[in-house]
Amino acid sequence: MHSADPDLAAAVAAILTHHRHDATRLVQILREVMQQRGYLPPATLTQIASALHLSRAHVEGVAGFYAFFSCHSQGRFRVLFSDNITDQMCGSHELQRRMLDAFRIELGEVSRDGLVSVGRTSCTGLCDQGPALLVNGRAIARLTPARIGALSALIRGGQPVTEWPENLFTIDSHIRRRDRLLSTPLLPGEGIRAAISRGRDATLAEIKRSDLRGRGGAGFATATKWDACQKAPGPTRFVVCNADEGEPGTFKDRELLTHHAQQVIEGMSVAAFVIGAQRGLIYLRGEYPFLIEPLEAVLAARRAQGLLGRAVAGAPDFDFDIELHVGAGAYVCGEESALLESLEGKRGIPRNRPPYPVTHGYQGKPTVVNNVETLLAAAHIAKQGGAWFRSVGTSKSAGTKILSISGDVAHPGTYEFPFGVSMRHILEEAGARDVQAVQVGGPSGVLLASHELERKLAFEDVPSAGAFMVFDRSRDILSVVDNFTRFFAHESCGFCTPCRVGTTLNQQIMGRVVSGHGSRRDVKDLIRVSRLLKTASHCGLGTTASNPITDALAKFRPSFDRRLASMDVLPAFDLDEALAPAREVTARDDAAAHFSEPETTS
Amino acid sequence: MSDAPQTFVLDGEAVEFSPGQSILQAALAGGSYIPSLCYHPEFKPHGSCKVCTVKVNGRAAASCTTPARAGDVVELQSEELQDLRKNLVQFLFTEGNHFCPSCEQSGDCQLQAVGYELGVVSGHYNPLFPTRNVDASHPDVLLDLNRCILCELCVRASSIVDKKDVFALSGRGITKHLVVNAESGRLADTALQLSDKAMSVCPVGAILRKRHGFATPIGQRTFDKQPVSALAIQKAQAKTTDEGTR
Repeated sequence: MHSADPDLAAAVAAILTHHRHDATRLVQILREVMQQRGYLPPATLTQIASALHLSRAHVEGVAGFYAFFSCHSQGRFRVLFSDNITDQMCGSHELQRRMLDAFRIELGEVSRDGLVSVGRTSCTGLCDQGPALLVNGRAIARLTPARIGALSALIRGGQPVTEWPENLFTIDSHIRRRDRLLSTPLLPGEGIRAAISRGRDATLAEIKRSDLRGRGGAGFATATKWDACQKAPGPTRFVVCNADEGEPGTFKDRELLTHHAQQVIEGMSVAAFVIGAQRGLIYLRGEYPFLIEPLEAVLAARRAQGLLGRAVAGAPDFDFDIELHVGAGAYVCGEESALLESLEGKRGIPRNRPPYPVTHGYQGKPTVVNNVETLLAAAHIAKQGGAWFRSVGTSKSAGTKILSISGDVAHPGTYEFPFGVSMRHILEEAGARDVQAVQVGGPSGVLLASHELERKLAFEDVPSAGAFMVFDRSRDILSVVDNFTRFFAHESCGFCTPCRVGTTLNQQIMGRVVSGHGSRRDVKDLIRVSRLLKTASHCGLGTTASNPITDALAKFRPSFDRRLASMDVLPAFDLDEALAPAREVTARDDAAAHFSEPETTS
Repeated sequence: MSDAPQTFVLDGEAVEFSPGQSILQAALAGGSYIPSLCYHPEFKPHGSCKVCTVKVNGRAAASCTTPARAGDVVELQSEELQDLRKNLVQFLFTEGNHFCPSCEQSGDCQLQAVGYELGVVSGHYNPLFPTRNVDASHPDVLLDLNRCILCELCVRASSIVDKKDVFALSGRGITKHLVVNAESGRLADTALQLSDKAMSVCPVGAILRKRHGFATPIGQRTFDKQPVSALAIQKAQAKTTDEGTR
């Protein structure tokens, strides 16, 4: 193609060698090329494809799937503003405008000198310290106009991001309430040693006794999952830690991996011991690159302590080690089968099930995929026993739940509550006032109105994978719904028709309604599209993508009706605005050159 | 074990199936039409278009990927499901640029035929009018992505039968699109040939043979002669007989 770039080709060759020319590491390889070059040039994709014995089209398919990859040249500084509603509520759009104006570009554009491009990305998991952004993959929180000014100056100065002042990149920690899991000490090795001395079956029995259910959202019984995987035929098994918390408003796994990584890895080891796995994989979301080094350090320390590698904790026939994989901006990869596809170096498309990962998981082998928090709980249960965990919570929801609380509260941060606590109690502890609505479980969860605050946090009442976003009465609920709708359209993998098209139609229609161009027909269409998404989608992303719309229509209908124009059908654009070019070329601006509403006779 | 064939119930009627058959396969073989677009009898179904959605014991599922099970109660023709399928076809028309009157595939197009079958008379939603490429670089083949419905049949055919991997999907969500196996992005620079399986599986007019457009006049085309339902049943039953004699 174009003049070959021998330096880049050599750098790519080195990356390929480092990853042993292993096609399952394709996402990792593309990530590292992005870091070196800022984008993935056509010749580089060809080089990678031929080195990995993959078709070039396949590599292009993977490169095009993940939001953090780009096949087109970006600015030398690629700025991505976190676009969660909580960022928006802290003024992120104004800050974006400020930066765009500073470089005289628009959203999604590269400045003419190739210096900078500014775009948006889905929630970066810093909602307790937003607004936030990523610059060349590095996260910066607590943005203010002054910080934007400082960043703009640094970008103009052209210094590589690696040489910027470190204090720009500090991520704060706000663990504000500790219960059973976060206040009980667990030293490295204590969980796995307890499991080994108790034995495989007895450890599984303790997990069963604890009634632990998956913390990632689906709430599947952990013991049942482990048991099924252990019984699946074949000698090779895997344990996967799902650290891809992409649900907007969720950041508790970030805190857990910052302060309790030992214990999470302990939980993986316990799972591996019970099911008989030899390898573990951590799938860390691409928004948390600041956790890569600390996690590698924990893994290295455990290897040095004999807690990973051959004969773990002295058990002669228990070899187990863990590898870290980093995602690249795809919410759908939080779905366990899509996550496995991504781990195998492919596009993150959810698989058809059955078969389930417990029998056909990573590389077709029996695999347990558990959430960070589930594994943390499992590690403690291995030491403390099932009854210890079971003694708190409700009859159907044992133990505690760790929440990420953000939005209109005095004390945003991470909170551990026993299951069964009321919404009102949670809100009081977080310092919420004048509550209009709470989004529990993120956009795919449930939108609660202020009359529902006596409801309880529990699988059987209001479940939550962790997100808890609070909106006071000054907030426009339609903007919230609009933001969530945009999120799903951006994150749909596009595999199935209902989700691929439905999420975009929802986004377009909500856009019209929010801007005051909506009609009654639009509301009817929202209901029709939502019903289809819920019924016919391939995976949970599609079936839940309309939840914000259906909840808001059910509970905040006046907010919709106030925004609708009364007519049944309205043009989807501003008629007068559409005449502007004609006025310009004819140099007219008289009344007749403007569109006016026809007189209504009543 | 008795030798009586196993059955499930489809809209009140018993349908026989052999082990390993999907609901869709068994229904077609038994003479009941379930509309579909991404399904092709020669390829392993993957269930992306969702047009074949039915309710199995009350739960919606793509019938092409759901194995038939004895005793299951399957709902196909309810008003709700008819509207759902119609809505999905409207989604596909809304998403791409489908201008049937000027399309040389008109009458041979499965999307159009399924649309007629389901009584789709309009796209209903505001069309998205996406900007999509037409690639005329190949001497014998025209690739018009305006009409692509992302069924992945060409991807599967080129990979599994032709062993060429000429096609793949890139992008995601509404920007998902077909790409070809060439650094230039041009079909001419791929290994695609007219004799490839990938040339004969496109259900719409996205992959076309050049200089063949109107060899068969409108009025005498596939779905002018018989509706898509009759043809699908015919094909499925021919396949069953074929397998039975082998």
